[in-house]
Amino acid sequence: MIKQFLNKLGISPSGFAGGIHPDMRKWTEQSPIQTCPLPSLLVIPMKQHIGHICSPLVGIGERVLRGQKIAKAEGYLSVPVHAPTSGTVIKIEEHAIPHPSGMGLQSIFIEPDGLDERDTSLAPMPDWQAQDVGALRERVRMCGIAGLGGATFPTFIKLVHDQKNPIETVILNGIECEPFLTNDHRLMVEHQDEVLHGMRIIMHMVHAQHGIIAIEDNKPDAIAAMQHAVNALDGTHNIRVLAMPTRYPQGSEKQLIEAITGKQVPAGKLPMHVGVLCQNIATTRAIYEAVTLGYPLTERVVTISGDAVPERGNMRVRLGTSMRFVYEQCGLTDFSGIQLLHGGPMMGERLRHPDIPVVKSSTGLLALQQELFKEAHPVEEPCIRCGHCSQACPIQLTPNLLADYSRNEQLEKAQDYHLFDCIECGACSYVCPSHIPLVHYFRFAKGQVAQVRREQQFAEASRQRSALREARIAREKEEKAAKRRKVRAKQTPVASADDATPQTSVKD
Amino acid sequence: MSAFGDFAIILLSAVLVNNYVLTKFLGICPFLGVSGKTETAIGMSFAVMFVMTLASTASWLVQQYILIPLDLLYLQTVFFILIIATLVQFIEMMIHKVSPVLYQGLGIYLPLITTNCAVLGVALLNVQQDNNFISSALYGFGAALGFALVLVLFSGLRERMEGAPVPTAFKGSAVTLITAGMMSLAFLGFSGLVKV
Amino acid sequence: MFESLMYAMAALGGFALIAGLILAVASKKFHIEGDPLSDKIDALLPQTQCGQCGYPGCRPYADAVAAHAADVNHCVPGGERTMQAIADIMGVEPKTLDEEESAPMVAFIREDECIGCTLCIKACPVDAIIGAPKQYHTVIADHCTGCVLCLEPCPVDCIDMISKPELIEHWSWPLPDTERAHTGLERRESHQHD
Repeated sequence: MIKQFLNKLGISPSGFAGGIHPDMRKWTEQSPIQTCPLPSLLVIPMKQHIGHICSPLVGIGERVLRGQKIAKAEGYLSVPVHAPTSGTVIKIEEHAIPHPSGMGLQSIFIEPDGLDERDTSLAPMPDWQAQDVGALRERVRMCGIAGLGGATFPTFIKLVHDQKNPIETVILNGIECEPFLTNDHRLMVEHQDEVLHGMRIIMHMVHAQHGIIAIEDNKPDAIAAMQHAVNALDGTHNIRVLAMPTRYPQGSEKQLIEAITGKQVPAGKLPMHVGVLCQNIATTRAIYEAVTLGYPLTERVVTISGDAVPERGNMRVRLGTSMRFVYEQCGLTDFSGIQLLHGGPMMGERLRHPDIPVVKSSTGLLALQQELFKEAHPVEEPCIRCGHCSQACPIQLTPNLLADYSRNEQLEKAQDYHLFDCIECGACSYVCPSHIPLVHYFRFAKGQVAQVRREQQFAEASRQRSALREARIAREKEEKAAKRRKVRAKQTPVASADDATPQTSVKD
Repeated sequence: MSAFGDFAIILLSAVLVNNYVLTKFLGICPFLGVSGKTETAIGMSFAVMFVMTLASTASWLVQQYILIPLDLLYLQTVFFILIIATLVQFIEMMIHKVSPVLYQGLGIYLPLITTNCAVLGVALLNVQQDNNFISSALYGFGAALGFALVLVLFSGLRERMEGAPVPTAFKGSAVTLITAGMMSLAFLGFSGLVKV
Repeated sequence: MFESLMYAMAALGGFALIAGLILAVASKKFHIEGDPLSDKIDALLPQTQCGQCGYPGCRPYADAVAAHAADVNHCVPGGERTMQAIADIMGVEPKTLDEEESAPMVAFIREDECIGCTLCIKACPVDAIIGAPKQYHTVIADHCTGCVLCLEPCPVDCIDMISKPELIEHWSWPLPDTERAHTGLERRESHQHD
């Protein structure tokens, strides 16, 4: 309540518990977005979102246009995939993706023809206010838009006007709290009107009353730019810009909602259950382009940074471009002794090699000298119960106890201590003086719980199949016995007329 | 002093100051046996509370209305054990019905409540201290509550220690008994709080 | 003296009778049907119905364990985790398994060699093989539990056990690569609990 009051006065509240202040290293925050040239080969994986994998719609040798749908979404939790440029499909096979396992996924390989011809089947809707909200939502889905902050949750699912859980506030997440990353920052500075336009479309779709653009206070130029854009509106919109104190992980959805509205999203529930919708800046701009211009998602802004990159900057990259190509555009050609990261340093994945395509979740491509890492395999020392991890945790868990239970595979106890409420932000591992890789332990335990659940479901299904089989066998036996009885019953009048053998009952 | 004050002192004494497990060292067997998991510890606590409270009241009644009038004080132990055994059998059947998993988890320690020196101890101490009916009942309940408190606390400690890196020489019973000893030392801090 | 002895016998006898009556009534009231413990153990078993435990299926093994007729460490497909869970329920010490647990396997029929005899179909305890007489048989990999019961009946020995393909959706993080990470595993496998 106090937080909301302070909010109204324009004072940004301190927000959620815990958090850390790593050195932000926003070395590329002043670099304008440049366009990455088209490479000679684009590899588009069939799954770049949370949900079901898409199935290819095109064949080998087929010519496709930019924005043409090349794979269709399967199931509800899925969005389609589009061709990033015009060209020819040369093969469809498995290729590496930015996944911690190093495994690959089915991907469509396109050879660009250099013409970059657009597919115009989706009509622009500049008069979106007059459009049916359902049609707008379908447009967002058809354009393959997923959360571009890195989570890649299919956006259309969130953009729903539900009577039971009405959305009052739309929060635009311009926090970008990961060190190094600046793509949202540059989007706000260079395309403020488009971002704001996208926000108005979102607010219209969910019938929201207020709009808040939340920006960390280490981005004063972005705050000024968005404020300028808001001031240019006609004043009927209830949108304002809010500067938030810089803290990691301020940009985590639930933490941001708690900091701004004072409401905590309950465990297992979604922001819509407290009447809030959070959306990333890049996603918002993609919605703007999808609705007003009819452009599906074919490119994204990527931050290329790190001390091993000679010409750091932000680039607009077509999806499917090889990361090696992108790094080369920034002057990095020799990858020996370099650690590559996909995403931010706190929550991103380590890449084994740069021959992986840029996907919808590629917020950043970092290249760091090996020495910058705290030794490749730090010696994990015993927990000294200092409590720094509990203080840093934004969800107020007890990471040291959770890590003990995770290490010993005491899965029920780990779940009792709210293992699945952990957002894997890495704040606890960052502050641990004993170098315990806490988040790794939690990920391991979560994986084990998922595995146990899968095994139990499989065992239950096997039990049912086994029971059905036994029932089938019993039924077949009974049918055979009934048949035998019928046959005997037909024969007996003849048999008893001839001899005096007593009728024996049929025994199975 | 008010009656309520008296009862409060009896309870305080039985639960904390003269705790049956940590100060009188009675009932160590189930204390160490079922404190491995908190679920079994809580189950055992309820069982012991049921048995102790009823046993101490029933024993008092038997003492007052059968043993003393009929001059059968030499049969005291026999009668008390009979009461305790009946109650334990009863609670065993009840637990078996209500929660077979708890029944399995408690295992042999459930029937061993019969020979638990704490239960017999409460009954005999009531006689020794010449309490009235209400005091006996409260004393039995308080003793059970103290037992339950310590059992659950200890099970929590043991569950934590299960995952802890205990040195090899101390693994198992050694560290368990050391922990119990330290708990006993801690409870020594309550001594002198109440004069009973 | 005789009088007091009479009193003693009467009091003790009477008391014992009352106690007996109470217990008799209680035993009727708290009578249990079936064996819920056996159900709980059966829920932990992997349901491969393979018979490696020496019992003709998972339910008979569960019944045997509940009746204290079988040890907790006979289920090999269940592995360490199942053995621990059963030992927890039964309140006994965990023991090392009879055999090493192996990676999950599924059966694979080399269809070129299949003669369509349906012997493997009859052997499969979960009906995971489809086919008909004189038609190719094939294993539904998603349903196969890896119990190996189909290998013996096959007259042309055309069934192989291959390791279950790992799917990216089912991939999970391993333990971190530090020395202390594996102490938990060692602790569990040495069974040094008390």
